[in-house]
Amino acid sequence: MDGKVIDPTSNDTVVLDDMLIVSLSPHIKSDESVKRTMLDVIIALVPAMIGSVYFFGFDAIRLLLVTVVAALIFEYGIQKLFKKPVRIMDLSAIVTGILLALNLPAGTPWWVAAFGAAFAIIIVKEFFGGIGQNFMNPALGARAALVASWPGIMSSYVNPDGISAATPLGILKAGEGNLPAIQSMIFGDIGGVIGETSAILLLIGGVYLIIRNVIDWKIPVLYIGTTTVVLMLLGVDSSNLIFHVLGGGLILGAFFMATDYASSPVTPKGKMIFAIGCGLLTALFRVKGGLPEGVSYAILLMNVATPLIEKFTRPKVFGEVK
Amino acid sequence: MNQGKLTFKGGVQVPEFKELAESKPIEVAESPQFAYIPMQQHIGAPCEPVVNVGDRVTIGQKIGETGAFVSSTVHASIAGTVKEIKTMYISTGSKTKCVVIENDGTDEMHESVKGRNLDELSPQEIINLVKDNGIAGMGGACFPTHVKFSIPDGKKIDTVILNGAECEPYLTGDHRLMLENAESIVFGFKAIKKALGVEKAYIGIENNKMDAVEAVKKAIKPEDGIEVAVLQTKYPQGAEKSIIYAITGRSVGTGALPLEVGVVVSNVATAKAIADAIQHGKPLYERIVTVTGRGIVEPKNFLVRIGTPFSELIRQSGGFNGKPGKVISGGPMMGIAQFTLDVPVIKGSGGILVLPEEEVKDEPVLPCIKCGKCLDVCPSGLQPLFISAYALRNDVERADYYSALACVECGACSFICPAKRPLAESIRNIKKEIIAKRKKS
Repeated sequence: MDGKVIDPTSNDTVVLDDMLIVSLSPHIKSDESVKRTMLDVIIALVPAMIGSVYFFGFDAIRLLLVTVVAALIFEYGIQKLFKKPVRIMDLSAIVTGILLALNLPAGTPWWVAAFGAAFAIIIVKEFFGGIGQNFMNPALGARAALVASWPGIMSSYVNPDGISAATPLGILKAGEGNLPAIQSMIFGDIGGVIGETSAILLLIGGVYLIIRNVIDWKIPVLYIGTTTVVLMLLGVDSSNLIFHVLGGGLILGAFFMATDYASSPVTPKGKMIFAIGCGLLTALFRVKGGLPEGVSYAILLMNVATPLIEKFTRPKVFGEVK
Repeated sequence: MNQGKLTFKGGVQVPEFKELAESKPIEVAESPQFAYIPMQQHIGAPCEPVVNVGDRVTIGQKIGETGAFVSSTVHASIAGTVKEIKTMYISTGSKTKCVVIENDGTDEMHESVKGRNLDELSPQEIINLVKDNGIAGMGGACFPTHVKFSIPDGKKIDTVILNGAECEPYLTGDHRLMLENAESIVFGFKAIKKALGVEKAYIGIENNKMDAVEAVKKAIKPEDGIEVAVLQTKYPQGAEKSIIYAITGRSVGTGALPLEVGVVVSNVATAKAIADAIQHGKPLYERIVTVTGRGIVEPKNFLVRIGTPFSELIRQSGGFNGKPGKVISGGPMMGIAQFTLDVPVIKGSGGILVLPEEEVKDEPVLPCIKCGKCLDVCPSGLQPLFISAYALRNDVERADYYSALACVECGACSFICPAKRPLAESIRNIKKEIIAKRKKS
C-alpha cells in the first residue's frame, strides 16, 4: 500500500493521492438550478406577454423592453458598485422586469417604467441583500412606488382599442359605466394593466408553474377562493363575482406574485395562511376600501407579515409530540 | 398492508444507477496478500489486539477484543503471519490501530469455526454468538448487533424489521444478497426473531427490486411468520426512522431509539452474517462490497475479506475507467470521499463508488432563493435552509432551536437545492457544535 494502483490502460502505476477530490456527502446533485426555476417563470409568462402584445401592440413591446433592459442594467450596475458578484445570468432580474411591465397601464411613459425597474432592483431587491432576501415582491413594490409618485399615469387605463376606459372593477366600484362581456374577461380585451387582460393566458402559465413544481397550487387556489368567499360574505352580488375573479389582477397576483419565494412564507402552513390573508385583504380593500383592485397592496401587506407567519408556523419535526 | 406504496413523509427521487452492477452475480474476490484489519470498525469502544507481531493466525481467529459491552470483536480474515500492528487511516476518515496480516495462501480455518443448531440455542445464546462472532450492523453504521438485541428491562419489542431497502443509488450488494442468499437471510431473520422473542417480522424491500421480493418470498415458509413489505422507491427509504414509519406507522422522535416504539431494525446483510455464524460458526470476516460507478472499468459485486485494500478491489474490477474524480466509501448520498486507496474494507463498507472526474461537478454556491424544496424533501420535517443559515453563522443556539439534532444527515436537502447550497454539510457540522455545547453545560 503505497498510494499506487495499476492503470490498466498503460500498465503503469500512477500516484493517486493528489488526484482524488474530497468533499462531504452528498456527492451527487439534482439538475435543479436557480436559472432553470427563473426560466420556468419566464416561460410561464410567455402566453401573457404574447397576449399583451396582441392586445396593446407596440405599447406592450415598449414597456416589456424598457423594464427588462432597465432591470438588467440596474442589477449589473448596483452589483458592480457594491462589489458583489454580478448575478444577472440567474435571470431573476428578467422575471422582475417582465412582472413589472405586466403591471403597468399601456400608456405608461418609458421613463416611469425605467424608474419602476430601478426601484424594484435597487431599493427592494439589492438594498436588502439581493436575490432571495427581498422582503417584498420587487415588481409590486415598484408598482406601489409608481402609484404613489404618478397616480394619474398609473390609473389612466386604456382599452386594447386605445380608447381610455375604466377597468371592470373600477366600473363596478363607481357603480356606472358598461361592464365588458365575460368572454372579453376570459380571453382579453378589457381595460387594465397590460398583463391582466386575458385570464386564460395567465392560467396557462400558472398551470405550467404548478406542473413544473415551481409553485404550490394551494397558494393561488386558496387566494382566489378566499377572495371569492369573503366578497360573498361582504354582500357582493353573485352576478358580479366573476368580474372580481377574472379582473383586478387577481389571477396575475395569485399565480405570479403571491408565489414569490423570497417574500412569502416557506413553511407549508405559512403558505396557506399567507394565501388566505391575501384573499381576505383583497376582498376587504375592494368592498370596504377606496381601491377597486387591491391585489398589490394585499400581497405587499402579507409580504411584510411573512417573517412573523414563518415564526408561528414552524413545521412539526418528525416524531415530535406537540 | 398497502404493498408497494409504503413510504415515509418527505424524501426525494434520486437517479439510481443500479444498472451498472445489479445484474452482476456475487464474485469471490481474491484474498489479499496483506489484510489490514482495523481494531475499531464499529460504534463503541475500540478493541485491543490479542495477537503479537510474528504470530501465525488462521481465518476466523479472534485478533482483537475488549471488555466493554458496546464494542465488537474483530477476527482474522486470512491465514498468515501478523507482520505489523500500526495506526492508519481507515475509510471512515479516522485513524485507528490495525493488525496487518501477510497471507500465507493456505486459507486455513480456525478450529473454533463450526456450526450450531438454531433449535438448540436459547435467545441469550444467540445473542452471545452474535457478540462472539463480531457481528455489527452492516448497513453502514456498524452498531454492535448484540447491543441492539439486548433490550433493557422495562422495554417491550413487538416488531422486528429487516432492512433490504438499499435506497442509496449505485449500491447493489443487498440486492444481490437477497437474490442469491435469500434462504440464509430468512434463516438469520428467524434467529433474530428468536433472540428477541418477537412474532411480527417484516422484510422491507423497495419496489425497484421486485426480483428480490420474489426471491425472498419464495424462501419464506408460512410457519416462519415473516412478511415482505414492498416499499416505494424513494430516498432515504432505508433510513431507520423512515423504514419504521413506512412499515409500522410509528414515529421515532429525535434522539430516541427504535426500541422506544417497540421496534428493532437490522440489515439483510447482518441477518446473513448471523445465519453464517450459527450454521457454519463463521465470524464476520467477509462481506459483500459493490465496486461501481462509471469510473470503474467493470463494476462488480464482490465477496470480500475484511481488511482488503480498496486499491486491490479496484484492480480486480479492471481498474479506473478514465481519470477518477472521487473514490467514495459507500453510496453517493451518504458515503465518504477517500483521499487515498490505501484504506481497508471494514464491516460497514457496502460499496466503493468511483465517479469519473467529469461527473464531479464543482458548481458555484448561489444565494438561497427560499424555494422551500429542502423542506419538501426533509424526512425529519426540518427547515434545512434556516438551520444551515444559522450554522454558517455558527449560531449554535438558533440552529438547536430549529431542531438541527433531528437531522439524519441523509443529504436529500443538498441534493435538491437549486442554489447548490451545502445544506446537509453545514447542518452536520453544527450538530457537533450543539452536542459539544450541551456536554459543557
